[in-house]
Amino acid sequence: MLGRQGRALMRQPIWIAILIVEPIVWITLFSQLFRRIVELPGFETDSYIQFLTPGIVVMAAFFSASWSGWNMLMDHDRGVLERFLATRVSRFAIVVSQVLRSSIIGVIKALLLVGIAHALGARVTAGFAGWLVLLLAAALISSVFAGISHTIALVVRSQDTLVAFVSFYALPLTFFSTSLIAEELMPVWMQWAARFNPVNWAVMAARETMSTTTDWSAIGFWLGLLVAGSVATALLATHAFRSYQRTL
Amino acid sequence: MNAIEVEALEKTYPKGIRALDGVSFAVCEGEVFGLLGPNGAGKSTTVKILATLTTADAGRAVVAGRDVRVDANAVRQVIGYVPQQSGVDREATGRENLTLQGRIQGRRGPALRRRVEELLERLDLTAAADRLVKTYSGGMKRRLDIGLGLVHDPAVVYLDEPTTGLDPEARVAMWAELERLVQEERLTVLLTTHYLEEAERLTDRLAIVSRGAVVVEGTPDALKSSLRGDAVTVELGERSAEAAAGIVAALAGVEEAQAHERVLRARVADGRKAVPEILSALEAGGIAVATVTVARPSLDDVYMRFTGRDFRAEDEAST
Repeated sequence: MLGRQGRALMRQPIWIAILIVEPIVWITLFSQLFRRIVELPGFETDSYIQFLTPGIVVMAAFFSASWSGWNMLMDHDRGVLERFLATRVSRFAIVVSQVLRSSIIGVIKALLLVGIAHALGARVTAGFAGWLVLLLAAALISSVFAGISHTIALVVRSQDTLVAFVSFYALPLTFFSTSLIAEELMPVWMQWAARFNPVNWAVMAARETMSTTTDWSAIGFWLGLLVAGSVATALLATHAFRSYQRTL
Repeated sequence: MNAIEVEALEKTYPKGIRALDGVSFAVCEGEVFGLLGPNGAGKSTTVKILATLTTADAGRAVVAGRDVRVDANAVRQVIGYVPQQSGVDREATGRENLTLQGRIQGRRGPALRRRVEELLERLDLTAAADRLVKTYSGGMKRRLDIGLGLVHDPAVVYLDEPTTGLDPEARVAMWAELERLVQEERLTVLLTTHYLEEAERLTDRLAIVSRGAVVVEGTPDALKSSLRGDAVTVELGERSAEAAAGIVAALAGVEEAQAHERVLRARVADGRKAVPEILSALEAGGIAVATVTVARPSLDDVYMRFTGRDFRAEDEAST
């Protein structure tokens, strides 16, 4: 099932081109726009790109995963889903292959982004293990939002409504996190809200790998939350899929 | 053993729409069984229950010895479901579609490769096998759909409205294709259709479904014979139909004779025997005949007889 997703993506050259160009545009735009922000107190580094890279990695992953429910709706509209459901293929595999695809895209984007940031002078201070944590954070946040996206898609069953939902939550969730800005610079109520935001969990884990001192127990804590979040949204999506089946 | 046994299935959809109202029928191994009825009669709902996509509120359905409710996964392994709406993956090639479907159904390795090759050949898709499906014509897509249902050599194949949406030319080609496949693959088929002609041409036996229940069941010929006899239409040379009707009605083997202006319609036990007798009786009575036609009753007539409703009017009313 995953192979099918992979082949479909490789057949879209424009999609691949955007996949590669998008992180470059983001990282250069944001790092130029907010370059002087690190002059404010609260940043532990004087290089904004060093600060920004983990945030952009997470943002790229969770944005693209948020759209993944679209594929399920395409399969629904084109009768592919119904065909699969009349076979003995595991219902779990139908959902999980979609989530895995999102995670893999998230990891590929993360690799590209960190590579570009490296060329621009940002460094992963925690070494090889740090790279792994970064990629894992990208994979997990993708999985959390792929689960959410599929749940929405299977409940509303309309591409337009899915677009509305994702556009509605994507930017606020970014702002309710330390993706772009240091925690101390956020209003207190937003700092508080950020603690419940999976996007922030992923940013916190990822940023540890690029800070001067790496707190591995903090990484463990945030990654643990992300794993729990992934499991929860995967269960939610599976549940939504079951009720979808009942309405056929 | 019967390939499919369906007993008193009932289903009501959430908005109170009564889709099935006690459907029962049985399909023998090796036959092509048709469910014929107008749109909205409950054919697709029946097939969806048999394909484990939805469940019935009451009643029982057994496919190849496995109950669809109790043993859904076992049923899925032995059925090939070709849905009314195409389920092909447009972003993949024909070969990839067939291979993935085969793998999903538990086939692997060289055996699967050979099977895919064989099906591509039989469905006349070998030349297009490595093209993306979105470049296929409607008929090619439909053939691939059927291939997807056959890739794992299922014990029973469901063809839900296999030619709906095809133009008349492609439909006739598809009929020939299906007839050949049924032979070559020795298939047991449950076919639903709202084309009387299709049911007549493809099925060994059929059940006429109307408003969620089976109205009558039998071979196409037996159903038509149940109307007893043929229809003879005589066009007369002059406006002497009343007299002609009197003459013809008196003949042995004529059950009914009606006249309207220059046309005489008679229902007779056996058209081949009756026509010469009618012609000589009319000649003796001095009535000139322009044309004579004999027709076996059609399934339209059967539908009308058993439901009291006109098939085409019913079909159009519900679309």
